[in-house]
Amino acid sequence: MTQKPELALNAAGRMVPAMVNGRPQIPYIGVAKYQPRGRKAAPPLRTAANYPEDGNKIVADLETALRKCGLRDGMVISSHHHLRDGDKVALMALEAASRIGVKDLTWFPSASFPSQKGAIELMESGVIHHIEGSMNGPLGDYCTQGKMRGMGVLRSHGGRWQAIQDGEVHIDVAVIAAPTADAFGNADGSHGKSACGSLGFALADSTYADNVIAVTDNLVPFPCIPWQIQGNNVDYVVQVDSIGDPEKIVSGTTQITRSPDRLRIAEFVARFLREAGIMRNGFSFQAGAGGIALAFVDYLKRMMKEAGVKARFVRGGSTKYLVELLEEGLTDYILDGQTFDLDGVKSMANNPNHVATSPFTSYNYHGKGNFASLVDAVVLGATEVDVNFNANVVTHSDGRLLHGIGGWQNCLASGCTILAVPSFRDRIPVIVDEVTTLTGPGELIDVIATERGIAINPRRRDLIDAAKGSGLPIRPIQDIKAEVEKICGGKPSRPKSGDRPVAVVKWVDGTVLDTVWQVG
Amino acid sequence: MTKNMANAEAQTKRVGEAGHWGKDVRSDAHVWIEPRDRGGIDIVLESRVKPYYGEAIRNQTESALEALAVAHAQVLIHDEGALPFVIAARIETAVKRAGLAKDKNALPDANPLPEPSARDRMRRSRLYLPGSEPKYFVNALLHGPDAIILDLEDSVHTTEKDAARLLVRNALRAVDFGGCERMVRINQLPLGLEDLDEIIPECPDLILIPKVEGPNQVMEVGQRIEHLKMRHDLKRPIWMMPILESAVGIENAYKIASASAQIAALTIGLEDYTADLGVPKTVLGTESLFARQRLVNAARAAGVQAIDSVFGDVGDIEGLRCWGLNARALGFEGMGCVHPMQIPVVHQAFAPTQVEVEKALRIIAAFNQAQEKGLAVVSLGSKMIDPPVVQRALKLIARAESMGLVTKTA
Repeated sequence: MTQKPELALNAAGRMVPAMVNGRPQIPYIGVAKYQPRGRKAAPPLRTAANYPEDGNKIVADLETALRKCGLRDGMVISSHHHLRDGDKVALMALEAASRIGVKDLTWFPSASFPSQKGAIELMESGVIHHIEGSMNGPLGDYCTQGKMRGMGVLRSHGGRWQAIQDGEVHIDVAVIAAPTADAFGNADGSHGKSACGSLGFALADSTYADNVIAVTDNLVPFPCIPWQIQGNNVDYVVQVDSIGDPEKIVSGTTQITRSPDRLRIAEFVARFLREAGIMRNGFSFQAGAGGIALAFVDYLKRMMKEAGVKARFVRGGSTKYLVELLEEGLTDYILDGQTFDLDGVKSMANNPNHVATSPFTSYNYHGKGNFASLVDAVVLGATEVDVNFNANVVTHSDGRLLHGIGGWQNCLASGCTILAVPSFRDRIPVIVDEVTTLTGPGELIDVIATERGIAINPRRRDLIDAAKGSGLPIRPIQDIKAEVEKICGGKPSRPKSGDRPVAVVKWVDGTVLDTVWQVG
Repeated sequence: MTKNMANAEAQTKRVGEAGHWGKDVRSDAHVWIEPRDRGGIDIVLESRVKPYYGEAIRNQTESALEALAVAHAQVLIHDEGALPFVIAARIETAVKRAGLAKDKNALPDANPLPEPSARDRMRRSRLYLPGSEPKYFVNALLHGPDAIILDLEDSVHTTEKDAARLLVRNALRAVDFGGCERMVRINQLPLGLEDLDEIIPECPDLILIPKVEGPNQVMEVGQRIEHLKMRHDLKRPIWMMPILESAVGIENAYKIASASAQIAALTIGLEDYTADLGVPKTVLGTESLFARQRLVNAARAAGVQAIDSVFGDVGDIEGLRCWGLNARALGFEGMGCVHPMQIPVVHQAFAPTQVEVEKALRIIAAFNQAQEKGLAVVSLGSKMIDPPVVQRALKLIARAESMGLVTKTA
């Protein structure tokens, strides 16, 4: 990392590294342009004869399991983030690896969380070489300060599956935290004291990793029903006291925002869906678990009831508010990628129409299509958007890593992508001339809804026409930007970014969309 | 300079501080200032928006101190994303608390003044904004109240009166409140007169006078406003709305309402009124029925609007709706709001009903018809219609038009 990396200009006008962690990269060439050839990656052949006939794959502890997997220096070890900030298993595995004495691992989580800041020590001591996965809080700062030996690689949920499937990332050992499992390795997330709902993020790991370890605190006699992870893919099962802190796995109840400004944004978005004719019988939508998104669902629900409209499906992350839609007959199905609160977990466990999905079904670039493009409208957040509708979700305006991409990039494929954002936060305008870190190309972002008005992408003539006469405050994005800059006392200065790349943002197809530069 | 004078100056020089900071504080800043004898201005700035507005904040601080004639001082600023008009107020307050700049101001850039407000303009809702909480100011207009009230009285702690006064003054000057009428609730007299000195130059549209018990208080305020208007050469009307909050105030309602031609409306403060009676305030408001009816009658008799109190339970939207409908039935034209979510409910409650609108339209049509035919007597069906009925119908339709309930007729 000492010599200056070679950079290339991509189709979005961003300078991106030509090599990342020793692998040559393809700069982003545009939406839906990249057409890779070849065959999908695959794990090595295994033979059932080599596995216990009685199906008992339990070993004493994680350290034993990792040794049996042949863990050695430089390998890739993966984990999933369904236990969110409550997860104990990923660090448990990395610390076990440390005790074994291996070095230079690549940790490949589907996302990392602040409670996993212990990974910093393991990077300092050389056990972990670098992290490929979203980083925020202390881990994000460690990366953006340029302290990580390798480069961070930020991928969407779909992009992670794509990277596994086309062999860009080869997982040597997958460690899967399982809220319920049997000794054969069948596992599921919907039951047990650490229940988290779906285990969809771990499905790719379970089918493509060379070695798979399931770690559970709720071992049940065979068969574990239902199973989302098939024991046939699992090498070893480890029993522990606790895989996670239930308090932090899901929130007890997710709260709707009480801020009148944010409620106003939520109401605008719901009204937009109604006025633009998107809210109609058989439609579908997806919204996250942020305060505005939850309030949006609540407003939309009232409007659906008033209009007698029913959705065919809604996409989770599920919360109490989506569960209410299902239970009140306002949607036929919840197709759920992850569950954010206890109501979501309970519903997935008990309601057959609340269905667990995975990044494969929902988001994967190498799939023969995926669900994301079948969704009529999606409501997302962003830290910054620019006048060309490009958006940033991964960094603060000063360039520090803020949060992961999650399914955000993948969701942009929906019929109508709406970013619901306040027009400024703490004097910092959200609408800028150019986003700090490009995470989503403006051609896929249709509507920016703020408390001061709604901007529709000029590319979407159809939406502009549909919203005419709606009484909604539809305004040019430049107008909203100018108004906010006036309130904030002028355009903000642009913090000077460093010239050393510390992470890259991948597009959904595996090409490099932008670079995160060293800060401070 | 004599030795005594130098001593006096040294004694007035002290540390001054103003504003708030901390993890949970938003859109405010804390300014600490220690005047010095030499060394120029030394600014230490901590701000969550430092990479974006650090330079702007430094520049603003320097020019504010120049305007306040502070040449030497140590300044510490903890900024939590405060907007420029807030920073200006915090600096000025800190400097004044340090005993300096008595007759000087550090004013933020002025916004163009909105249209002056009419005496009988629509006043269905007025949104209370605590005068010491700047984070609520900027987006208040978005929620569409007929008026905002920048409050210097009960929502401001006694130790913060000076700070709130400057913050409210700066807000009147620099914040765009859109089409909302800009009201200020001053403190009880005599403190309220000091409030007027500071805010009148920024042309609020209306002054709410708290705890009025007789016409004298109103006249005192009115005279001070007139005096200040002359001094600052202000031509715009500045209306008054006395708040009656005691049994005596209610007894004197008519005298108060007719004490000045600048009074636009009369309102009631039920927390204090019920306390004065020594009865609990209830959701139905039976205990204040007499007072409210008395107030409506006095206001009507004096030719001003009657405006109701606030409904304090933000969570009880149905209770608010009932209260509003009831208030309208009693003759009130609007009420106060303590949360933006109350505004649409209040507007709905004070809107004319469909039946009323249709009846008014029929009356106006009959009137127009009679005019065309040159008839002096207007009749609708078998009923004769008196001129005041026509006037009321016209007024109701004008309100309905401004609420968008009927399309404007040519």
